[in-house]
Amino acid sequence: MRMPGAKMVVEALKREGVEVVFGYPGGTIMPFFDFLHREDIRMILNRHEQGAVHAADGYARASGRVGVAVSTSGPGATNLVTGIATANMDSIPLVLITGQVPVDMIGNDAFQEADIIGISRPITKHSYLVLDVEDIPRIVKEAFHIARTGRPGPVLIDLPKDVSVAEGDFTYPEEVNIRGYKPILNGNSQAIKRAMDFVRRSKKPVIYAGGGIITSEASAELTAFARKTGIPVTLTLMGLGAFPGTDPLFLGMLGMHGTVAANQAVSECDLIIAVGARFDDRVTGRVSKFATKAKVVHVDIDPVVISKNVLVDVPVVGDAREVLQEMLKLAEPLPIDSWREELMAWKRENPLTYRQDCPVIKPQYVVEKIYELTGGDAIITTEVGQNQMWAAHYFLYDHPRTFLSSGGLGTMGYGFPAAIGAQVAFPDRVVFDIAGDGSIQMKIQELATAVLNELPVNIAILNNGYLGMVRQWQEFFFDKAYAFSCLGQRPSCPRHCNNPNGECPPYVPDFVKLAEAYGAMGIRVEHPEDVEGAIREAIQSPRTVILEFLVTREENVFPMVQPGAGINEIMIG
Amino acid sequence: MDYTLSVLVENHPGVLAQISGLLSGRGFNIRSIAAGETEDSTITRIIMVVAGDDRVIDQVKKQLDRLVVVIRITDLSEIPSVDRELALVKVSSTISRRAEVFQIVDVFRAKIVDIAHKSLTIEVTGVSEKVEALIEMLTPFGIKEIVRTGKISIARGEAVAEKGGESRA
Ligand SMILES: Cc1ncc(C[n+]2csc(CCOP(=O)(O)OP(=O)(O)O)c2C)c(N)n1
Ligand SMILES: [Mg+2]
Repeated sequence: MRMPGAKMVVEALKREGVEVVFGYPGGTIMPFFDFLHREDIRMILNRHEQGAVHAADGYARASGRVGVAVSTSGPGATNLVTGIATANMDSIPLVLITGQVPVDMIGNDAFQEADIIGISRPITKHSYLVLDVEDIPRIVKEAFHIARTGRPGPVLIDLPKDVSVAEGDFTYPEEVNIRGYKPILNGNSQAIKRAMDFVRRSKKPVIYAGGGIITSEASAELTAFARKTGIPVTLTLMGLGAFPGTDPLFLGMLGMHGTVAANQAVSECDLIIAVGARFDDRVTGRVSKFATKAKVVHVDIDPVVISKNVLVDVPVVGDAREVLQEMLKLAEPLPIDSWREELMAWKRENPLTYRQDCPVIKPQYVVEKIYELTGGDAIITTEVGQNQMWAAHYFLYDHPRTFLSSGGLGTMGYGFPAAIGAQVAFPDRVVFDIAGDGSIQMKIQELATAVLNELPVNIAILNNGYLGMVRQWQEFFFDKAYAFSCLGQRPSCPRHCNNPNGECPPYVPDFVKLAEAYGAMGIRVEHPEDVEGAIREAIQSPRTVILEFLVTREENVFPMVQPGAGINEIMIG
Repeated sequence: MDYTLSVLVENHPGVLAQISGLLSGRGFNIRSIAAGETEDSTITRIIMVVAGDDRVIDQVKKQLDRLVVVIRITDLSEIPSVDRELALVKVSSTISRRAEVFQIVDVFRAKIVDIAHKSLTIEVTGVSEKVEALIEMLTPFGIKEIVRTGKISIARGEAVAEKGGESRA
């Protein structure tokens, strides 16, 4: 069938089963939107292109499907960049479609031209500049394939305006064949056998699993493997939900803000079974002090991450699910009762705690209550900073795809648009963005998107008046000089202030009025006894809700491992 | 140590930028890079010399292999290969010292490819060490300009790079 390029893209999206795209229009992408709006693919008009990518990303993380975001050329395309980098770091499957100036204008500094392919090259899995309209079906097909297979990631298609209006023949390919792209899925059976030999011989094993479990839908296999062998499990931030947070074998998250039990386990174990995780520096702390007594089995689909930071004894390249299925076949209960008991004792004796020692709301309490009142049955997104760590600590994630957080890039402003994407994927689920007062302001304009699309997203702002995580580091490592981390600072304040008190000027903005200005519901909560009621109200309300909790200003996240220290050198608080 | 990789990539615009961007962005140390079309016009071959230890090279190979445009990587340091580099060297040379230059050129089996009143341009082909040695010998005359292609390599015997010493990680 002959049709214009822009229509081909829309047709191709339909063939890929796309039900929703997130985007923002502009000159060069107008032909695409013109065809899109004649189809029954849903389009969410975000209020910033970065919001569109994060929303597509949240949609992808929550649903397991490929997220699609669309923008115009130039500033529209450059506004995508932070979102693309966020998705790339966390291996999230996205297809980004950008308008581009006509082919013969490329390179001329034409109006709204940006070399988005060049700009985004280090932060995409792959990208395409479409030069011939006839290539569109193949390119879109490949883009979706590359985005979702192997180690997933964002793929960008740059679509010049003249190509999108040129006519060509639309035949959607059945198959993809890219000679340079053949991800290895099933792990080498010899390697798996060797890995299991290590498992059998070990006396103090621990499973360290990450986001790869969620990507490959391997939670059931991971859980079965741990329960069958009796090996305790620690998860990365990205892995939360991959193994039930309420399971007795769960040690908690490891790393910089990991639990004592998890970090001790990794430090004392004689075998690490790493699956779908990449030994990120926030996990390992000082590498030379990391797991010094352990042999390492590492299962990952991406050969790059194997032996990148930590030398591996048994590498297994493959899809986590397929490899775990094989490992499960060879698994038997291990005689490691005393080791497990030791870990369980650490866990019992070092729970995550905080002191409710003042009449002001504790941020941890808020997260705990959200957990309780949702019965754990909610999709939680986070911003970045202390709020993110408390969301990781005080909500127990029993299911994959329920904790959506920017782990690799640590992007403030991720959580709210991601919550919008998650709510679009699951209109009937309870969705909370656990937010900081700083982060929420980075993408606050998405309130319009949430309200107009009638998305009952709940934003729980843990308002400490600070860029709290920055302030925490200043408290510990910069002699408590709170340079530019107080969000209330004005010229009338003392230049050096590390003593927030009742005389501080009123907070800006007034989040309740802000919510109301957008047509959302705003509730300010100032006392611990009002926390529950407010959360209940938000859950029950069909509206977009901002809950602003005025929390203790100088609360710190513990446990904490100082940057540069070994992960067993833990500050408890 | 220096490693020589032969990398087959899709002959698309932007591929070289992608490869060199990846390597520089990740802090790898590339000594030379030479690219050209292969017997198949849809494929470009890039020969690159990378400095580093085993672990660095392992990362380079894996990172390159992850790129969709990279079709195959062969580590030529692992198999016997013929290595060549071509250099053009322009030296100052007054008429009185020409004979000396000619002599050196002769010993190295290099060629004079251009003569002007105050300069000579010499073409030399060979392994990189030979090129280095010639340059060193010519230095006292005053080198005005050097143009080097970077090393290219091909596997010895029947083996072709795609099959011998393959390193798909
Ligand atoms: C886009 C972006 N800019 C800067 C940072 C650095 N940063 C990390 S945490 C943080 C403070 C976040 O403050 P807030 O959202 O109020 O969260 P809190 O730590 O107070 O819970 C900052 C500035 C970042 N992660 N992302
Ligand atoms: Mg804050």
